[in-house]
Amino acid sequence: MTALCLNVEDLHVVYDVGSTALGRRRRLHAVNGVSLAIPPGETLGLVGESGSGKSTTGLAILRLIEPASGSVRLGNTDVAGASRQEIRKLRRRMQIVFQDPFSSLNPSMTIQTLLEEPLLIHTDMPASERRAMVGKTLEAVGLHPGYAVRYPHEFSGGQRQRVAIARAMIVRPEFVVLDEPVSALDVSTQSQILNLLKTIQTESGTAFLLVAHDLAVVRLMSPNVAVMYLGEIVETGPSARVYDQPAHPYSAALISAVPFPDPQRQRGDRIILRGDLPNPMAPPSGCRFRTRCPFAMDVCTAEVPLPVPIEGGGTASCHLHTHGPRLGGQSLRPLIHTRRMQMV
Amino acid sequence: MSATTAASAPVLTSTPIALPPPSSFARRFAHNPTAMVSLILLTLIVLVAVFAPYLAPHDPARSSLRNILKPPSAMYLLGSDDLGRDVLSRLIFASRLSLVASVQAVAIALGIGLPLGLISGYVGGWVDTIIMRFNDALMSFPALILAVVIVGLLGPSLTNAMTAIGLVYAPRIMRVVRASTLSVRQEVYITAARATGCGDARIIMRHVLPNVTGPLVVQATVLMGQALLAEAGLSFLGLGVQPPEASWGAILGTAFPYMAQSPVPTIAAGLVISVTVLCFNLIGDGIRDSVGRMRRAGD
Repeated sequence: MTALCLNVEDLHVVYDVGSTALGRRRRLHAVNGVSLAIPPGETLGLVGESGSGKSTTGLAILRLIEPASGSVRLGNTDVAGASRQEIRKLRRRMQIVFQDPFSSLNPSMTIQTLLEEPLLIHTDMPASERRAMVGKTLEAVGLHPGYAVRYPHEFSGGQRQRVAIARAMIVRPEFVVLDEPVSALDVSTQSQILNLLKTIQTESGTAFLLVAHDLAVVRLMSPNVAVMYLGEIVETGPSARVYDQPAHPYSAALISAVPFPDPQRQRGDRIILRGDLPNPMAPPSGCRFRTRCPFAMDVCTAEVPLPVPIEGGGTASCHLHTHGPRLGGQSLRPLIHTRRMQMV
Repeated sequence: MSATTAASAPVLTSTPIALPPPSSFARRFAHNPTAMVSLILLTLIVLVAVFAPYLAPHDPARSSLRNILKPPSAMYLLGSDDLGRDVLSRLIFASRLSLVASVQAVAIALGIGLPLGLISGYVGGWVDTIIMRFNDALMSFPALILAVVIVGLLGPSLTNAMTAIGLVYAPRIMRVVRASTLSVRQEVYITAARATGCGDARIIMRHVLPNVTGPLVVQATVLMGQALLAEAGLSFLGLGVQPPEASWGAILGTAFPYMAQSPVPTIAAGLVISVTVLCFNLIGDGIRDSVGRMRRAGD
């Protein structure tokens, strides 16, 4: 096994959300035992609906939110246990691109100042070299270097996101969290930004954690994908396998919710989820997905499902593989098809 | 574009001239007639203060006992006061003291209020609690009474009076800065700055401070007017500027008892104070409106 760029094990993030009338602290378990591994130069997609904890996971890996427990290793460096001083030095090696390029760029700073800041902090380049580096990086993200004197509000959303990408990449990090990098952009701009990210990755060999709710984006960008539900990873595996042969009912539901332009295919085997995410303050016992799962069994209430290896790569945490139909690592597709036939 | 290499920039979407001209703060301010008129008036007042020796028709301190409480005439355009001094010349020279005194008071208020407000808003927690309770205590006092007490302790002089006014106004600056800091702290670009590797000091100075200046400038301008008024009040009471020097408030104070015989000096001094305070306030309003539009244009 080759050395990993990023290795996350059993990451927990807990938010304190005030206290009850009796003075008992109320806690929200936003991320509950997440483990991820990304080899150098690769992209891992992290998908899930709003509130599943995928963005929190990204922020906690970078220590922008303090994790409650768990281990995060960047190469051979311990990130989770690093002191405040050490973390600031580590930021040269790990960066982030935020979702909304309208709020992630300081409106009072020019592009030059924005892009120079990481260099000022992490290198001792003289001013002339910094300026040259800013120009070079702007060109690499497809912006004219002459734009450096302008302010963020003079740019379009796509151009701002290019600036944000330039800011993340200018210190040549090993690992970048892309937190919904295109979901605030027009569809036509999205593909440009995604292509840009792919090109940059090919050249720099940076590993990406791509947090997204758009499955098409993740499929395009990442060979591997992890599906999150209510703070837990329910399924992992190669993107093609997870998309075509999902092994967890939640993944299947997410994937079947993607609209197809073909109306015949549109009416295929769909799982429609009812209701919202359960209250994360009081998650359901056993399997967290059971309240919305069309295949829920008795064992789902009683026992927490463990990850089961899936044929074609990856794992899924679902009792269907060991109880009931005992799928044993096979795809859920036949099961969904049968269910639909019964309902018709 | 010549600088593009196919490998590093497959999609070059931008050209250097494609952007609309930036709509600047100055341009929006210039389109606000009230604010512009106020700015021009205030500039005139400042020019008068700067060139006082060349503009004043008489020596402001020379008294002429034969010309006491004269009504306006060709010699004394605004009449003379109870010691036979030219009121116009005195008002012209007093503009120096009055303006400098306001600047001094606001500078002290900023010097105390700005750092404390930034720290209070950015650090939060018990630091914030302590600073804000102290702040509340200061604010619950009537400003002028507190200034009178401080001047009483330090002794009457213009510097002491303005130090007192500055102290009294510091909480107002602090509140504005703290409130803005609290909202700026929540912005994604602050998290982005942390992700970049900025330390707290750098975040406060480079990322928070520039984004709280809008409301801060507005508050400072309004306080300039109020400090001028407070100085006038203290000098009127004899706690500020000491004779023979004069500020507008002091002139108002000396002219007021003779208002029945000679109303013009009182009215003139009062008018100068009111107009200047109004100018400061209207400029503050103008800045606030222009800054507000800049924020929206950024979205």
